[in-house]
Amino acid sequence: MTHRGSRVLHVGSLARVEGEGALHLSVHDGAVTDARLRIYEPPRFFEAFLRGRVYTEPPDITARVCGICPVAYQLSACAAIEDACHVTVDPALRELRRLLYCGEWIESQTLHIYLLHAPDFLGCDGAVELARTARAHVERGLRLKQAGNAVLELLGGRAIHPVNVRLGGFHRTPTRHELKPLAEQLKRAADDAWQTVSWVAGFDFPDAETDADLFALAAPGTYAIETGTPAVLRADGTLSTFPLHAFLDRVHEEHLPHSTALHSTLDGRRHLTGSLARFAISGRWLSRTAVEAARAAGLGDPYEGVACRNPFRSILVRAVEVVYAVDEALRIIDTYEPPRHPHTEVPPVAGTGHGATEAPRGLLYHRYLLDSEGAVADACLVPPTAQNQGAIEDDLRRIAQAAIDEHDASDEELTRLCERAIRNHDPCISCSTHFLDLTIERT
Amino acid sequence: MSPPTLAVFKLASCDGCQLTLLDCEDELLGLSGQVEIAHFLEASSAVRPGPYDLTLVEGSVTTPADAERVHEIRAASRHLVTIGACATAGGIQALRDFADVEEFSRTVYARPDYIDTLATSTPVSAHVDVDFELRGCPVDRRQLLEVITAYLAGRKPDIPNNSVCFECKRRGTVCVTVAHGTPCLGPVTHAGCGAICPAYGRGCYGCFGPSGSVNLPALIPVLHRDGMDDRDAERFLHTFNTAAFEKELRR
Ligand code: SF4
Ligand code: SF4
Repeated sequence: MTHRGSRVLHVGSLARVEGEGALHLSVHDGAVTDARLRIYEPPRFFEAFLRGRVYTEPPDITARVCGICPVAYQLSACAAIEDACHVTVDPALRELRRLLYCGEWIESQTLHIYLLHAPDFLGCDGAVELARTARAHVERGLRLKQAGNAVLELLGGRAIHPVNVRLGGFHRTPTRHELKPLAEQLKRAADDAWQTVSWVAGFDFPDAETDADLFALAAPGTYAIETGTPAVLRADGTLSTFPLHAFLDRVHEEHLPHSTALHSTLDGRRHLTGSLARFAISGRWLSRTAVEAARAAGLGDPYEGVACRNPFRSILVRAVEVVYAVDEALRIIDTYEPPRHPHTEVPPVAGTGHGATEAPRGLLYHRYLLDSEGAVADACLVPPTAQNQGAIEDDLRRIAQAAIDEHDASDEELTRLCERAIRNHDPCISCSTHFLDLTIERT
Repeated sequence: MSPPTLAVFKLASCDGCQLTLLDCEDELLGLSGQVEIAHFLEASSAVRPGPYDLTLVEGSVTTPADAERVHEIRAASRHLVTIGACATAGGIQALRDFADVEEFSRTVYARPDYIDTLATSTPVSAHVDVDFELRGCPVDRRQLLEVITAYLAGRKPDIPNNSVCFECKRRGTVCVTVAHGTPCLGPVTHAGCGAICPAYGRGCYGCFGPSGSVNLPALIPVLHRDGMDDRDAERFLHTFNTAAFEKELRR
């Protein structure tokens, strides 16, 4: 049977992604002419209703953009507003924020690895199905995820939309004693994290390579999570950074007239944020255990500044990041001294502030304009999925074309491959704050 | 006999409430042995057509397409339970109900003409009959499990209607309003979270929506006493359950 001629593949609602999206692929005479990740998540207008709110509110409000990475929203909002108010937060509180963020990394990356992504490699529909044949693996994943949630619950009050984060730090900081049982749980999680790397390293990875620029925060000396400077690694290996306040001059969201999606570019080129970008830019700052895990997983030597450009292997990098986050959480707990005050005071100042942190899915940027009373005059949120959409669609084109050229892949096979290509990037479609487009497609 | 079927659907939301189901790490595999997960896109690519014995709906109705879809979901469901502030009260996106949605569109989108949205964000119950509404932004994991097991057992869920204050007392937390003069919506907010915020030294911000017996006229002077002016108090109530508290205000 030949698959030449025109065909249109359409997946009405993508499974195992966060939020709602659809996939659309057109193939004409063996050439992929159109590949689209269509986002039909209804608009929720966060940027509009943040206007007029009080400057202390965005951390709680923007958490509701995404139930999967609320801490990323809370801490990007805090960073931006503290920047506007010229406040530097007590270093001990910054460490505690990093601990909270490690909890989100462990929870969210593990969710992606075990519940959303691994089933693709093992040919089943989801983790529940997977548990029928590989129960011990799924149980390990749930245990590891639970350790991440335990960090969020203790520090944040609950795992989804934590209540304890505020400008300048926390409402309440934990005692050393309270952190003890957490350390015990994390020590067990360290084993589970290591085993996760070994497990996913045994998967079969299709060949693919992205040529997008890799974009992540850099904070030399540490693996950037809750702070850093935007850094770009181009395909030719050149690395450059730019100040965060220039973010919107460099990252543009364009409206393509014939596409239903807004595409963002960095200096006019396609870029990718997330695990692959972080690993390439900050890999040398991983903990010793995480570096060993990366080597054992066949990712090369992070000390030498390796990059992994195969999106299918992002699951490996995620697993290494979980090893790191567990390690880092243990380090912070180990050296923790309760700060004198649970938060640094943040008095309102008229001005503009920028904040960015590394959500599990990639760089999340916030900008707020405040008036002298502390009312929000303008808000801008640029989530990772919005930035990655162009790179994801490029992957789709590339991967589909390769499968057609190689063995004239059937519709069914192409569809499955494309769904996988999307899940490689863990796109969190719920976070469509302002890049969404709802035109009805008529084909 | 085949096990009862469970479906999870999403409208406008953050995914947090359905994620709560995946956050039941200790119970997830056990639960999946007792029910057939027939439709849960966040968790599985396998999708079976209805009818479903128990359907959980997350998110509010904000588009013409969803206003239609919610009828289809109802028609395919034996029991329909809404989960979370979005599905039971319109969620934070109901802030548009009190604003000009066209202006919102212009603020957020380069091409507002491409945006297909309703002027309001309404709860599922405004469109179809709902068997039970579980509150919270997000819902509480224990309450969610109670609702699911109750329906599996063919009984009504045991979800108390009292306020966060009751849970504070049970937890032994010192009242933040009495002790520190911190504005707190605990007296008017539905129980369920276990009174997390006061335990962390902050006032409740009402993420579970109004409780069974709300006396806003009594609360507002207390908020004033604790340093909030009218606009602050209004903003405080107008957040995650804005439409539900607004209804109480107009009562
Ligand atoms: S109720 Fe809150 S947690 Fe649940 S989906 Fe809506 S915004 Fe998310
Ligand atoms: S105390 Fe109030 S705001 Fe805090 S979690 Fe509970 S219901 Fe939500």
